[in-house]
Amino acid sequence: MKTIRLLPVILATLAGAAVMLNACSNGGTDRESSPAGTPVLNRALSTEPESLDPQKSRSVQAADVLRDIGEGLVSYTAAGDLVPGTAERWEIAEDGLSYTFRIRADAHWSNGDAVTAADFVHGLRRLVDPATAAFYAAELGNVVNAEAIVAGETDPAELGVAAADERTLVISLVRPTPYLLSLLTHPSTFPVHRGSVEQHGAQFARAGKLLSNGAYVLADWEPGAIIELHRNTHYWNDAETSIDVVRHHVVTQEMAEFNRYRAGELHVTSTVPPENFEQIRTEYGSQLHVAPTLGVYYYGFNMTSPPFADNPELRQALSMAIDREVLVEAITGRGEAPAYSWVPPGIHNYEPVQLTYAGLSQPERNAIAQGLYRKAGYGKDNPLHFELRYNTSDTQQRIALAVQAMWRKVLGAEAMAVNVEFQVLLDQMRNREVTEVFRSSWFGDYNDANTFLAIMESDSAANMPGYSNPEYDALMQSAGEQLDLDRRRLYLEEAERVLLADHAVIPLYFYVSKHLVKPEVDGWQDNILNYHYSQHLSLGAAERDGRP
Amino acid sequence: MLRYTLRRLLGAIPTLFLVIVLAFLLVHAAPGGPFDDERALPPEIEANIAAAYHLDEPLPVQFLRYLGGVVQGDFGPSYSYRDYTVSELIGRSFPVSVQLGILAMLLAAVSGISLGIVAALNRNSALDRIVMGFAMTGISIPVFVIAPVLVLFLAVKLQWLPASWTGSEGASRLLLPVLSLALPQIAYVARLTRASLIEVLSSDFIRTARSQGLGTAAIVRYHALKPAMLPVLSYMGPAVAAVLTGSVVVEEIFGIPGLGQLFVRGSLNRDYTLVLGVVIFYATLIVLLNLVVDLLYGVIDPRIRRR
Repeated sequence: MKTIRLLPVILATLAGAAVMLNACSNGGTDRESSPAGTPVLNRALSTEPESLDPQKSRSVQAADVLRDIGEGLVSYTAAGDLVPGTAERWEIAEDGLSYTFRIRADAHWSNGDAVTAADFVHGLRRLVDPATAAFYAAELGNVVNAEAIVAGETDPAELGVAAADERTLVISLVRPTPYLLSLLTHPSTFPVHRGSVEQHGAQFARAGKLLSNGAYVLADWEPGAIIELHRNTHYWNDAETSIDVVRHHVVTQEMAEFNRYRAGELHVTSTVPPENFEQIRTEYGSQLHVAPTLGVYYYGFNMTSPPFADNPELRQALSMAIDREVLVEAITGRGEAPAYSWVPPGIHNYEPVQLTYAGLSQPERNAIAQGLYRKAGYGKDNPLHFELRYNTSDTQQRIALAVQAMWRKVLGAEAMAVNVEFQVLLDQMRNREVTEVFRSSWFGDYNDANTFLAIMESDSAANMPGYSNPEYDALMQSAGEQLDLDRRRLYLEEAERVLLADHAVIPLYFYVSKHLVKPEVDGWQDNILNYHYSQHLSLGAAERDGRP
Repeated sequence: MLRYTLRRLLGAIPTLFLVIVLAFLLVHAAPGGPFDDERALPPEIEANIAAAYHLDEPLPVQFLRYLGGVVQGDFGPSYSYRDYTVSELIGRSFPVSVQLGILAMLLAAVSGISLGIVAALNRNSALDRIVMGFAMTGISIPVFVIAPVLVLFLAVKLQWLPASWTGSEGASRLLLPVLSLALPQIAYVARLTRASLIEVLSSDFIRTARSQGLGTAAIVRYHALKPAMLPVLSYMGPAVAAVLTGSVVVEEIFGIPGLGQLFVRGSLNRDYTLVLGVVIFYATLIVLLNLVVDLLYGVIDPRIRRR
């Protein structure tokens, strides 16, 4: 009988595996080990950037990486204030309809080529070109011809952006856009190196191919794991860059991220796990950074069908019966601020309008809410039954159940909490067929109240409740035509007042940014935009060995 | 054997076609689209994006376009990694999952079979109870508990090993993931080996061998082990396929850029091409591994080959 000799087989396979292991650990990544003594910053991204093509990218995470790699005409300081970026200065025409930017003479791409006005023209045309299929194409809507180009009616070359000479760029607008400068910090408006796009086509945003005009250059990208950036020695402000190598690690699990921080593998986390927030606050003290940010968590009403359409009293009753202090203290508990306005506080040149009942105590609000609920035709014998939809997640569920209990206790209203997968909820919110009350959120794209208020205009695609009030639209229209910033602000504030009085949405709380930052990281400043450029950071002398 | 193999491979084509059709219909039936987001897009931009990815075409046309690509080995562009194609992503992540999977399965096979033999030969002894106790624990504690506990002790407290894939560039980053993947498999294999070996040891031909004066070691090595391996082998086939295509949980916890993580991300983002690509790849792999297991049966047990 022939025997199988297990042992030799196993030994042979093990030897093979050992060879493979060795090969993979050396050659599995194209990342070169950084020379000893090079400062390396390890920071976390909560999801993988879907693209590092400045015009095709969409997520906050992609923008975080792109702000390290590229630079717009305008940029931000570590504290979140606007400063000249690749443009050294600019002039705004008196009518506010024309901006002229002067590009720095020493602005260079990572291959040494000069950054020209034509590169910006090319990037901006690429953004609105339908063939690019850019997500942020609409942000440039106020630039001459942009809307027609996006709609495919006009050639991208007709965009109101022109290179007067090598270093002079003129942007022409159809209406004053006071937030244009902050728009021009967004990666979607970054320049692109035309030659490199033409040479590499769809692959131009790959490591080794992507040319950058910012502080760092893309050195390696292992999808699902890590994006490594190296100092761009051609960057005009390279002398101010302290850290040579930045590694953006993709960490999707909050707990895993925390463990990696504790194990010394990360200098900066993207968030903090909710489970042991209090413990982290005590244990990590000054390493924990919690700061207000431009995001609102809200419940929206379906404004297009009963029972909530044409029933402002009922909507107000539900809004007033929610004790937001309890939500932020007992449930979210990570320093969030209860929301009584739609626009978050701290936004540039704006004073958010408060819900009329914000000054009352919760018992007072409850009493009024009960009256409104009865007035709307509901009561003990005839309770309101409806569905509250939210996307599957632990936090969403706890908030939904708490709100459900508050509505039942204060009003006797019976909300059925329904959780669905995020993509399903998005679909349902947009179709407005099955939704009655739903959870959603909005994050500002730039530091201006317009980024929050514009989405509630009747024709906005992001207007999930289907809110439509001609008065609101007219106020927003008027605000858009104002040259005078104070008058514009008054229009915007009036618009918010109308929106809040209509109770189309229930703002619940304002998000905060949460980071753990190692003590050796210098230059970190909390800011409302939650932008933290690696070029503004440096590492203490003790930590320059590559591994924190 | 060659004809048998060829026949099996040809027979797999309709199976794979059916998988493609079903998967295509299912991903498109799921509510929501690949580019939906809380920051909903203006309709004209949505139209531009749909056109860029041919999502504006009728479903049958999309299917034929897709099938045409698959036949030529082109799985299309990924929607959630817009700078990469699906084939590239699978090509990058599969070797990572394979590397982990093979190491984990080797560890599981070697230690599981050894533990099983030890337990079977010392049936009902204290040693047997310890091994089986370990096996029960290994089976009943899920990997999403084992992995973080390993991280907590070996990476956070003792700082012996990296807590994640990108925490180190050396082979040490493999140790915790491999251990987390292997522990439950060791337990299964040990239990299967023990049960199967005990059964074989009580059969007539072993009694005959024993009566001819053969020692236990020789009996196990030359007579009992081979037939006892059949159930283990039928378990290992699909298990290898499952492990090779990436353990979602382990990959998420350690941040490993493997196939499992890719698949989850693809499904959550409605990345149709990525999900389809991974499903087709996975189905092909299962078909092939089943074939390999069937062929191995023939090697181990000639009676099966003759049939």
